Amino acid sequence: MISFASEYALEHAPALIIVVPLLLAVVAALCPARMGYMLALVASAISALLACLQMQVMAGLPTDYRVSYHLGGWTPPWGIEFAVDSTAALVVLVIAVMGFIATISSKQLFLREVDGSNYNRVYGAWLLAFAGLLGLVMTADAFNLFVFFEISSLASVTLVAMGSGVDKRALVAAFNYLLIGAIGAIFYVIGAGFCYAMTGTLNMLDLGVRLPQVASQVPVYIGFGFMVTGVMVKAAVFPMHFWLAPSYGYAPMAVTVLLASVATKAALYVLIRIFMTIFGGIDVLPQLILQWALIPLALMAMLLGTILAIYERDVKVMLAQSSVAQIGYIVLGFGVGTLAGLQAGFIHIVNHAMIKGGMFIGLGGLVLAMAGQTRPSPTRIDRLAGLGWRMPITASAFLICGLSLIGVPLTAGFISKFYLVSAVISAGYWQIAALVLLSSALSVIYLWRLVEVMWFAPPEKNKGARLPESPLIYLPLWALALANLWFGIDAGLVVDLSYRAAAALMGAG
Amino acid sequence: MLDVLITHWNYFIVVFLMMIGLFIVISSMNLVKKLVGLNLFQTSVFLFYISLGKISGGTAPIIVAKADAPILYSNPLPHVLILTAIVVGVATTALGLALVLRIKASFDSIEEDAILSEKRNIRRRSLL
Amino acid sequence: MTLAIILGLGTPLAVALLTPCLRAYPILRDALGVLGGLVSFGAALHIACAVIDGATPEWLVLSIAGGLDLRFAITPLGAIFGLVASGLWVVAAVYSAGYMRAANESHQTRFAAFYALAIHAALGIAWSGNLLVLFIFYEILTFSTYPLVIHKQSREAMRAGRLYLGLLVGTSLLLLLPAVVWVWLVAGTLDFTPGGILAGRIDPALTPWLLALFAFGIGKAALMPLHRWLPAAMVAPTPVSALLHAVAVVKAGVFTMLMVVVYIFGYDFLAGAADWLIWLACFTILAASIIAIQQDDLKARLAYSTVSQLSYIVLGAALASELAVKGAALHIVMHATAKITLFFCAGALYVSAKAQKVSELDGLGYRMPLVFGAFFLGALSIIGVPPMGGSWSKFLLMSGGAERGMMLVLVVLGVSSLLNVWYLLEPVWRGFFFAPKDDKEITQYPLVVAPLVVTALLSLGLFFTPWIFADLVELVVMR
Repeated sequence: MISFASEYALEHAPALIIVVPLLLAVVAALCPARMGYMLALVASAISALLACLQMQVMAGLPTDYRVSYHLGGWTPPWGIEFAVDSTAALVVLVIAVMGFIATISSKQLFLREVDGSNYNRVYGAWLLAFAGLLGLVMTADAFNLFVFFEISSLASVTLVAMGSGVDKRALVAAFNYLLIGAIGAIFYVIGAGFCYAMTGTLNMLDLGVRLPQVASQVPVYIGFGFMVTGVMVKAAVFPMHFWLAPSYGYAPMAVTVLLASVATKAALYVLIRIFMTIFGGIDVLPQLILQWALIPLALMAMLLGTILAIYERDVKVMLAQSSVAQIGYIVLGFGVGTLAGLQAGFIHIVNHAMIKGGMFIGLGGLVLAMAGQTRPSPTRIDRLAGLGWRMPITASAFLICGLSLIGVPLTAGFISKFYLVSAVISAGYWQIAALVLLSSALSVIYLWRLVEVMWFAPPEKNKGARLPESPLIYLPLWALALANLWFGIDAGLVVDLSYRAAAALMGAG
Repeated sequence: MLDVLITHWNYFIVVFLMMIGLFIVISSMNLVKKLVGLNLFQTSVFLFYISLGKISGGTAPIIVAKADAPILYSNPLPHVLILTAIVVGVATTALGLALVLRIKASFDSIEEDAILSEKRNIRRRSLL
Repeated sequence: MTLAIILGLGTPLAVALLTPCLRAYPILRDALGVLGGLVSFGAALHIACAVIDGATPEWLVLSIAGGLDLRFAITPLGAIFGLVASGLWVVAAVYSAGYMRAANESHQTRFAAFYALAIHAALGIAWSGNLLVLFIFYEILTFSTYPLVIHKQSREAMRAGRLYLGLLVGTSLLLLLPAVVWVWLVAGTLDFTPGGILAGRIDPALTPWLLALFAFGIGKAALMPLHRWLPAAMVAPTPVSALLHAVAVVKAGVFTMLMVVVYIFGYDFLAGAADWLIWLACFTILAASIIAIQQDDLKARLAYSTVSQLSYIVLGAALASELAVKGAALHIVMHATAKITLFFCAGALYVSAKAQKVSELDGLGYRMPLVFGAFFLGALSIIGVPPMGGSWSKFLLMSGGAERGMMLVLVVLGVSSLLNVWYLLEPVWRGFFFAPKDDKEITQYPLVVAPLVVTALLSLGLFFTPWIFADLVELVVMR
């Protein structure tokens, strides 16, 4: 019976990973408020578990193996197809597991910021965003992707707007996020329309086969431009990153955790999917754009994000700016376009999810304990003075994630950087490697300011008793911190999976 | 040039509407007008898709029993897609309007410049 | 043998982790440091003996990812540095226990914990089996010494801490890491191999550039434009300056430099490509000495003297001849024992007589004869006068210069010795031959004085019997 159930679950995993949170989102919205958290926990746990199982199966199969799931039994290219190859499996795993961890910590984080009577609806939106992002990765249909794009965007906007309980500026941030997200989605859909007009199909693999046949036609390139621009908005790739800082900054802390660790990752995956799978068959164009457009944008993002973070006094916004820079690293890896470059990009997708997820959970824990005492702007950097001693459990794990962010050896961040730099150098761009290292050296400045404030503040600011620390925050946080250490020392797993992901993409392209 | 205009007139209308919509989203100070612009922008894309599906001489894609000769149908798929997109569009508009309501309640205005100056005030107060 | 490596590396780490638990028992806490030092030193000695017998002790901890291993393998050079770092930790642990109490410093537990952690990192550097492991522990050393540098947490200390971290992390990330990656991409391995791994694999025209990345990337070697962190770090309590900025940190820098020259480039391959570095090292030697003369603050003077002496070792590496490399390796030992003595003395003068400046030392010689005697011996060793240990290494370095036919190097070393006499013997001179300015109370602390006497005698003893270091140094250049 059990084996039957597990076989069934595995066979339908591509659908179930999304359907479970999607259905429970509706259930959560209709249930009493106190049920919301439990339902979200259950849904994300099931998704994470299924993603793990799926990854385990995929890891035993050849790199180019591709699980195809036909929704409603309609065969592609007519029906909507969910496809899981090594690439998608990796990103789904990251999103599902990080989503689960974010969900665990969300209860405590929401406590101060969102009215308790709304929890059912909040978690409804939470699960919708989660399912939407998973769908974004899993779908193999270009139009279906737009739908998931919008599901996740609208749910995220709702969640960002929940920050209005603390600061009403969250509403404006949410409204702008809605506009820019909708415009991005429409851009994408225009592009998909052009491709459809040229080929008569919307299935990604099918598009990948048919587009090269019409590669001489101008509309193909117009479609490409629209699609890439639209997804770049969602992925917050420079110069379309401007929505990110205010949205992350004003959203409730729990929402920032979710968005920072998974939202941009899914969009980045879609971006590289467009390059390698949909347009991968056309030789000239994607390579050209990758190198001449993506690399400069990635470099701008890296440097600008880091510099803005250095001048930012609000820790939450500072970390958001640093995300812009970190997205730059990932895009740079993709932009190099070699196998090693893609691999480096995927390694950083995994590692950055762990790093930023951990940092925002940690920051949430710290700010939560100070809330009430420090309104307004509890995330101003000077409010954290001496917290290293007053909240040692949370703060030390926060520090580990922070060290990983700047790429100290023995942390996951170092592995990312090592692979990125060697990929960039072996592709012949040693000047760019220098810029990568410059940006990461600069990131020491803003991170170290935090360390100075939290641990080495002048003694008169160090006074104060130990503050209570919640296990619902420090347990997931420590799980991420230990993962950062583990994957910094024994990085084999991440490196292998990322290699498979990159190889699968190259093979498809 | 003129024959392109005539044979592709539907695309020109789409582009025209799209630009108007985008222009309103960017230039208008009023949040509701921004939403109107967004809707226009979206609708132009709907038109784009639907006009793609039209095959000249084709009829509505409904299978009529006992048809003798093969019938030329228009492509139904874009209609299905746009049905979905319309639902998405409605949801976006609804959420946008809900946010505008809340903004109106909190900021006492839906004009962007008023909201900006209020934001600036909040910032100044928090720095004190 | 693996056990010895685990024991040697693990003990300081265990001490670092246990120290916070013993916060309430200061005596136990400080005893733990000394005990840890003894265990570590025992392990290092055991390993060094094995190395002399021709073994290469190894410990493959795990494979990080595709071809990159977390692996320890003890080279003769590593055995030397391991012995120095762990051996001097024993004396320094005694000294810092005495000093921190006498100076009544705050945060003593934090201090002891990070002190042990820094030794752990230094031993990790010494025993690393490849360049990646070395880089990893190099960074750990930087971060673990930061809390020691800013120990006082004053505005000045924080500023020094920023400079310290900025320069060391900045250079290592911007220059050293690309150099490591470059080597990896070119050679396909990062393992330390006698004779080097780069010969025939890298374009000779690019060799000086790679060497430059290393020379400036290893900020801890304090080569001239990048030396500023070292004097700045002197705001730390004296035991930190003594152990870390005379032994562990700076020696880690020059040790890395030597490792790179001997086991990555291979000095035969490098010879000739490093000429520019010879002149930069010579410049640093002289310039730092001249700056040292102008310093009135005793610790600052010693700091610049360290900058100058470190370049001796860089010079030895850059000369890339057999004798010069031997001299450089030996200078790690000789300079460490002598310079730690001088810093210990500076600390003793501070806690006993509140004297920080050279001009405040007038007439103190007769009242603190042991301290001034030790200072005299240490100074002689650094100057390179027989019968002090320092004369051996200086002799070998000069022979190395002659071997390469660079007579100007000999001149530079000679002039540097004269400058050393000037700025290092002045404090002794003032102590014994100047009239005391006042009659302030002087309390001497046995725990502070005993270690400095030990290290002074050590530095004397190393002249008569360079002990196992002589054998190890031979092994460094043997293939």
